Amino acid sequence: MAAALSVRSLSKRYGRVVALSAVDLDVEEGQLVGLLGPNGAGKSTLVKIACGLVRASAGEVQVCGARAGSPAARASLGYLAELFRFPGWATADEVLELHQRLADSDGGVAERTRLLDLVALADARKRRVEEMSKGMQQRLGIAQALVGRPRILLLDEPTSALDPVGRRTVRELLEEIRGRGVSVLLNSHLLSEVELVCDRVAILLGGRIVAAGTPGELAEARGVEIETDEGVRVFDVARREDVPGLVAELVAAGRSVYGVRVLRSTLEEVYLEAVGGTTS
Amino acid sequence: MSVVVGYALREALRRRVFLVVLLLTVCFLGLYGLANYYIFRDVASIQVPEDVPVDSRTFAAAFVDGMAMFATLFLGVVLAVFLTLGAVGGDAERGLLQPLVVRPLGRGSLIVGRFLAAATVCAGYVLAVYLAAMTITGLVGHWWPDRIAWPGVTLACAVALVAGLSLLGSVFLSSTANGIAVFMIFGAGLVAGLLGTIGHALGSATISHAARIAAWALPFEALYQDALRQITSRTSGLTGFLLRLGPFGGGYTGGWGVRLWAAAYLVLLGGATIAAFSRKDL
Repeated sequence: MAAALSVRSLSKRYGRVVALSAVDLDVEEGQLVGLLGPNGAGKSTLVKIACGLVRASAGEVQVCGARAGSPAARASLGYLAELFRFPGWATADEVLELHQRLADSDGGVAERTRLLDLVALADARKRRVEEMSKGMQQRLGIAQALVGRPRILLLDEPTSALDPVGRRTVRELLEEIRGRGVSVLLNSHLLSEVELVCDRVAILLGGRIVAAGTPGELAEARGVEIETDEGVRVFDVARREDVPGLVAELVAAGRSVYGVRVLRSTLEEVYLEAVGGTTS
Repeated sequence: MSVVVGYALREALRRRVFLVVLLLTVCFLGLYGLANYYIFRDVASIQVPEDVPVDSRTFAAAFVDGMAMFATLFLGVVLAVFLTLGAVGGDAERGLLQPLVVRPLGRGSLIVGRFLAAATVCAGYVLAVYLAAMTITGLVGHWWPDRIAWPGVTLACAVALVAGLSLLGSVFLSSTANGIAVFMIFGAGLVAGLLGTIGHALGSATISHAARIAAWALPFEALYQDALRQITSRTSGLTGFLLRLGPFGGGYTGGWGVRLWAAAYLVLLGGATIAAFSRKDL
């Protein structure tokens, strides 16, 4: 089966500015991939090319086996833009109904009810968009992206306007969506969020992927920390496998061992190392 | 495409601009009715010398009806421009367009749907205002145009053409810049039409020729002139001559040539808009 999203040697130039340069990326069926990078790294450009909003300068992008931008590709995806807006005069129900008709979804009222329930907007069904808070509009945006049961979701900063509770709701939602076999490409600045939910992570910098892998692969071993009666000792080059030997040595030397912690770099540390302090 | 037409129609009807135009229209028609009352009260008392073969009632009615057509065209253009000036660039800047464009519906269908909705609203509006103004003049002044429906249809087509121009502009320009550009083009067309009237009155072939070129380059002006011409198409003699001196009865461009050219112009505009929109990065 074709990957949900396949990006090959993708490049994009805006005049003299190189937004993307020879990017390769895959999102497999049912996989949740996080795309990280500072502002201007090319994350949104990559997503927009996959959606057919922006034309690539070179390279190839396929969505569920169809060329990005083709009707078949667009029928397979759900998209939430970083900066989006729905018409203020429309109600939540009308927004979803419009997208159902555009996506040729036959879900009807049942689908709209299910989606509004999913994003905790069931009570705001008849409320006009202009009367909603930014967080509510963001959740409506996620519901809109899910209209028509897409095979892949492309989400550009879906939690940027949400409070901590809203973020948690979205995180749980993403896990549920993945559980149904839907693939997700998630652009986010929130490293902890990406670390918690993503199967794989790619870090973009200056239009190139500078690091990619599972959060576990990216988080390098950084030694072992052992708490003894003499205080905390850090063994920088030690790994998890070395722990029994280290503990045995300390005990043999007459030390009392109270605790052991295998140290790994966090995604934030990996990210900061990869981008070298670049912010935009 | 019907989805987009329905969406754009609802948007047009629910936006405040529509309400503003409706209020302005009510004011205009009220004042127009008042003007008609005073004009025809005074016309009744005018004694035209017997050796001057002018039908003062026809002259006054055709003149005031022509003026109403100008106002109708202007209000219709305001509506058309405000409904379409940000259809691509403006909506993309605000993030309204992207969620729609990523759906399987093609960009061509989206833009055609937007045009059809704007044209339907504007054409309906122009026809309604034209008929209302004509009815006011007919009831108050007891005068009816030589052709009743066709001038209104022609006027509605002129406004639809401006909506097409505005849609094309929206692909390249921001909302404000596009609005300014379209109103400047509209103004240029009207000035060219007035120049043509002056050229004919003065008997200047050069000015008339320049005005005719402008009317063909901007066919909404040619259609407006065509509509004006039709309301007095069977009015002859000195009354007809005086009316053609303008400014509200002096249409010199018209006929099927202009109408067919306007239709072709609209198709070309549509093709250019779709081509440009298809290549635009959002």
